Amino acid sequence: MGAPGEFNLAALARYGNDFLAEVEERVEEGEWVKMCMQCGVCAGSCPFGPDWEHSPQKIFMMIRAGKRDEVLASDSMWMCTSCYNCVVRCPRKLPITQIMHGLAAYAHRLGLAPKMQPTRRWSLLFWDNCTKTGRVNELKLTLGLYFMDGIVAGFKQAWTLRNIGLGMLLAKRLNPFELIRGHECKDKAGIHRMLKKAAEIEARKRGFAKP
Amino acid sequence: MADPKYAAYVCKGCGIGERIDADQSAKIAEKEGKIALVRQHEFLCNAEGVALIRSDIEKEGVTHVAIAACSRRAKTEAFEFPGVALARANLREGVIWVRPDTAEARETTQEMADDYVRMACAELKKMKVPAGNPETGRSKRILVVGGGVSGLTAAVEARNTGYEVVLVEKQAQLGGWAAKLWKRIPEREPHAAPVDTGVQALIDAVTQDAGIRVYTNATLAQTSGAPGRFKASIAVESGSTATEEVGAIVQATGFSLYDMNRLPELGAGKSPNVMDQAGLESLARKAAPKGLPIRRPSDGGEVKRVVFVQCAGQRDDTGKHLPYCSGYCCNTSIKQAMYFKDANPAVDTVVIYTDLRVPGNGEDFYRSAQKKGVTFTKGSVTGVEASGDTCRVSFRDLILDEDASIEAADLVVLATGQVANAGVDIDNPQATDANGTKPISILNLDYRQGKDLPKLSHGFADSHFICFPYETRRTGIYAAGPVRRPMDIAQAKEDATGAVLKAIQAAENAELGRAAHPRSGDLSFPIVQLEGCTQCKRCTVECPFGAIDEDEKTYPVFNESRCRRCGTCMGACPVRVISFENYSVDSVGAQIKAVDIPDEFSEKPRILVLACENDAYPALDMAGMQRNHYSAFVRVIPVRCLGSVNTSWIIDALNGGYDGVMMMGCKHGDDYQCHFVKGSELANSRMSKISETLKTMALETERVATYEVAITDIKRLPVLIGDYAKVIEKIGLSPMKGFA
Amino acid sequence: MAKKEYAFYPGCSSQLRGSASNYLTSVNTMCETLDVKMTPIPDWNCCGASISYAGAGELSRHVMNARNFALSETHLPGQDVVATCAACWLGAKETKQKLDASSQLMAETNEALKEAGLQYQGRTEVRHMVEVLIEDIGYEGMAQPVVKPLEGVKIAGYVGCQTNRPFGIAGESFENPLYLDKLVETLGAEPLTKYEQKVTCCGGALAFSEPEKSQKQIKDIVESAYDHGADVIVTPCPLCQANVEIYQSEINRRHGTKLDMPVVYYSQLMAVAYGATPKAAGLDGHIIKPKKLQEIAVKVVPVDLDQRTRRPRGENH
Repeated sequence: MGAPGEFNLAALARYGNDFLAEVEERVEEGEWVKMCMQCGVCAGSCPFGPDWEHSPQKIFMMIRAGKRDEVLASDSMWMCTSCYNCVVRCPRKLPITQIMHGLAAYAHRLGLAPKMQPTRRWSLLFWDNCTKTGRVNELKLTLGLYFMDGIVAGFKQAWTLRNIGLGMLLAKRLNPFELIRGHECKDKAGIHRMLKKAAEIEARKRGFAKP
Repeated sequence: MADPKYAAYVCKGCGIGERIDADQSAKIAEKEGKIALVRQHEFLCNAEGVALIRSDIEKEGVTHVAIAACSRRAKTEAFEFPGVALARANLREGVIWVRPDTAEARETTQEMADDYVRMACAELKKMKVPAGNPETGRSKRILVVGGGVSGLTAAVEARNTGYEVVLVEKQAQLGGWAAKLWKRIPEREPHAAPVDTGVQALIDAVTQDAGIRVYTNATLAQTSGAPGRFKASIAVESGSTATEEVGAIVQATGFSLYDMNRLPELGAGKSPNVMDQAGLESLARKAAPKGLPIRRPSDGGEVKRVVFVQCAGQRDDTGKHLPYCSGYCCNTSIKQAMYFKDANPAVDTVVIYTDLRVPGNGEDFYRSAQKKGVTFTKGSVTGVEASGDTCRVSFRDLILDEDASIEAADLVVLATGQVANAGVDIDNPQATDANGTKPISILNLDYRQGKDLPKLSHGFADSHFICFPYETRRTGIYAAGPVRRPMDIAQAKEDATGAVLKAIQAAENAELGRAAHPRSGDLSFPIVQLEGCTQCKRCTVECPFGAIDEDEKTYPVFNESRCRRCGTCMGACPVRVISFENYSVDSVGAQIKAVDIPDEFSEKPRILVLACENDAYPALDMAGMQRNHYSAFVRVIPVRCLGSVNTSWIIDALNGGYDGVMMMGCKHGDDYQCHFVKGSELANSRMSKISETLKTMALETERVATYEVAITDIKRLPVLIGDYAKVIEKIGLSPMKGFA
Repeated sequence: MAKKEYAFYPGCSSQLRGSASNYLTSVNTMCETLDVKMTPIPDWNCCGASISYAGAGELSRHVMNARNFALSETHLPGQDVVATCAACWLGAKETKQKLDASSQLMAETNEALKEAGLQYQGRTEVRHMVEVLIEDIGYEGMAQPVVKPLEGVKIAGYVGCQTNRPFGIAGESFENPLYLDKLVETLGAEPLTKYEQKVTCCGGALAFSEPEKSQKQIKDIVESAYDHGADVIVTPCPLCQANVEIYQSEINRRHGTKLDMPVVYYSQLMAVAYGATPKAAGLDGHIIKPKKLQEIAVKVVPVDLDQRTRRPRGENH
């Protein structure tokens, strides 16, 4: 978990540059936020448009307005499907998808992201899964997702979707033996060392506490 | 001049020979047109054809030529015979190209061609070769009124083109608003930061040039005369008066800021920390040259937060403030925010806007400000409250859709916009401007129609902004810069350059006794036979260009050099005593009468089309070029402007058995496209009164119709004609046939 | 023509027995016919995909991709890295661009790679299999081996997101890319060019975490294909394929619809058109059977004498 460090959160002035400066320093592609010209094309281009509370346009304006708590607690960033429609349409060429991911990651790092947000948990599960062996273990990933809310919920979910699982199995696209021994990289240890180093460098660069 | 000798030439080229019987057309010219010399030619515009005409002019003494070939707009160089009167029968664009090439259409197509030959011959008989305005100009100096960026630029550009300048500035110093700025918006790459105003270099260029005579602390006591011989009486503050003769005038009298004291709700007058953009410039000019930061006026305190309020008293729909956008203020606020950010990035600067409008390359400038950390917030400000040495700015955040406020703003800058310094409203001399002040005259013209340039909307000088910017309704006087529309420095410089070139053209044309734009080079001018004049004043009131004064007995006094040759006076004159040598009530009237009107049992109606030569006639020609067919029952006569249409033509046409009259002119109203500004509007109002006359003639009101036509109406015109022909078919042929 | 060689980055889903294993099968068949040699990058790792952002962070993602680049540079020098999966391609390409643009990021990346005993020189080119087909083989080259034109098959070309945005295929528009339609036409089938859902998002990875919202997208994608009379949907993306195919039954259960639209990869169309068996074309890997393609695949084509010299094709490679 990162510490807010030198940022004076108590004195956040509305429409001042404080929170924007924090975002610029700590969020991936955060330096682009100030370049938004508030046209709203992103909002109209998002496939999950009806489902979030704050469009990217609003998120950017909230950052400029210094609404730190609302932004970091928003579940809107977590609604990003990574379709990049907003990115290619943005007249100012903002990497909106990456900013949404960056904001979500930052909110998660600070522990301010909504705890039960399913995509937050799914995202963590995925990274954990793929970095464990260097490759995704699809069966464990799926089961991990089903059982995210506990044993009972997991079996219920698996039962609901049993036909899908069975179908995939029959189509030889789901390997039951993955539970025991799945795909993996040979140099797992090297990958782990490499990722540990990368996390250290990133924390150093962005001023986070050491991972 | 020797006795007139008439000749007519029928061309058979471009398919005319195949589609119509040229022998018959030639016979008509000879027998009905009573033209002594009639020739046919296979290809009249080729060297041999042109040489034939030239030879007739030289050897046979031909003075008047009728050419039955293509449109008068085509082959103008080939068919240019100086000193010879020329009429054109449009058999190509006007006949064969707008008619189907079928056996059943052949008869009506031939009738069309025959009529156009008759009309050309009839017109020719009424034409004289224009001799030119005898009252030629004497001076080609340019008078520039106003010594701001627009005026200075106009002066410098005139000198660069080789013309002398007289410059009059009301203030003691040259430079206008630009001299009061710390920096200006960049006009060149990379559009990233404010740049030097450059105004000192302009002032130096003007004051160091012996070809520019500068009067400061001076105003115009009176302006009289006409292009080429304006007389300007210049009153200097010291009490002396100078008189200068000039050929043309550029009025660059700029703008005043909208008075922020009219905006108490935005904190104006409540705290010295609330200011307009000029106020901020003045703070910057005091601090920045010394390398000092801008400080709070109230107590000299440090500035940590600045709020810029866009559209302050602008784009207002309540009727209290300026309804329009001044165009430059968003860029100015961006520039001013950079004053702070460039000096100290820690200063918070917020621009509250409803729509950010950054013309030119302002988009790059805007992006640069965003990079520097200027915060842009879409919102509408509801109030500014001062407390102690800071202000609270309340606004509606239009993105987050909530009420919001910015606390502890050290400075609040109101973007208040431009009010034109355009002199008195000649239609309402007692009226006050948007700031509530009663303007004094700038030009002090001694014209019958008033002392200053006519205004169009919101107090700006009327200029033909859709087609011909800088063209005002006073010939030889050109408006440049914010006096004609709100603009920034870059636009004002471009404007001044354009306007001064127009002024030079006007002076050059005046020297040769020729018309200025849009009939540039025309040698004809209005001639009035005062013995028939009833002193009704219609011509003096209606002339769109204030060209006609009145003498003490209220007879019209024509100032030919101020005239644009539109013929609006000719159209207005109830006793038909105004005419041009080559365009008159008779020359058009004769064409109308020349058309052969079939009897009422023929089922062949005749529709007279009076088409503006600037838009409608070229559109009809282009319809022909694109082979967009239309009815063979129309007979088209081009007119200089719909304003020149004399009601007598309509009455004569209807009396003569025409079944309908279509009048095609340019768009009028606030966004007019009429080349002569008021011509089409006047025609429209005259024709609105004609229905009474029609009723007394026991004719249907549909028999006269007026249309607004643009040059692009190439497909629409044939449709309009078709629709009108159907209307005539429905109401039936005119009962007036055979009585003429 | 010389054999074309590429460093193959199949990605997690396209491994044998992965959720897109039939993609791998058909790509191999297709490549063999086109005389393209694909050598997997030894010990390649996951790209992290887009969805891993919350746990990953910026540098870790780049390091994962850079590891593959470094391995490819070492073991398959001079060969372009070719991905078949949209997410792998996008992730790798983004890393490539970022590293090219920033020497600082490059240094940081190599600092981390050093921990795994690797170094990235910055020479790798990243491409999608579709780019190889269009740019290196060309439509004519793709048409040449066709022995069973897919006559009468109406195909909705579903390009999806990540093969199309933010990079896309050179010369194609983001809003209406045409290459799938051209490819379908090349194979003798009928492209449904008016199919308006061709770049609609299927929900991507959120099909798992936000199933209802994603299935709404999928429903639109499939229903529009029905509206245009499609026999089958074709896609270049393994996640699109999986989402759009497997959730149809779930949508039917929730909404009472009767969706039963097969979804296949472009490589499967090509394999079938090139005369592959249903198995070699990966047609056995579907929950919703692509019947029209199966019919063509089992059809015996009279052997043209001129064609006999052509290489045999099948799953034995």
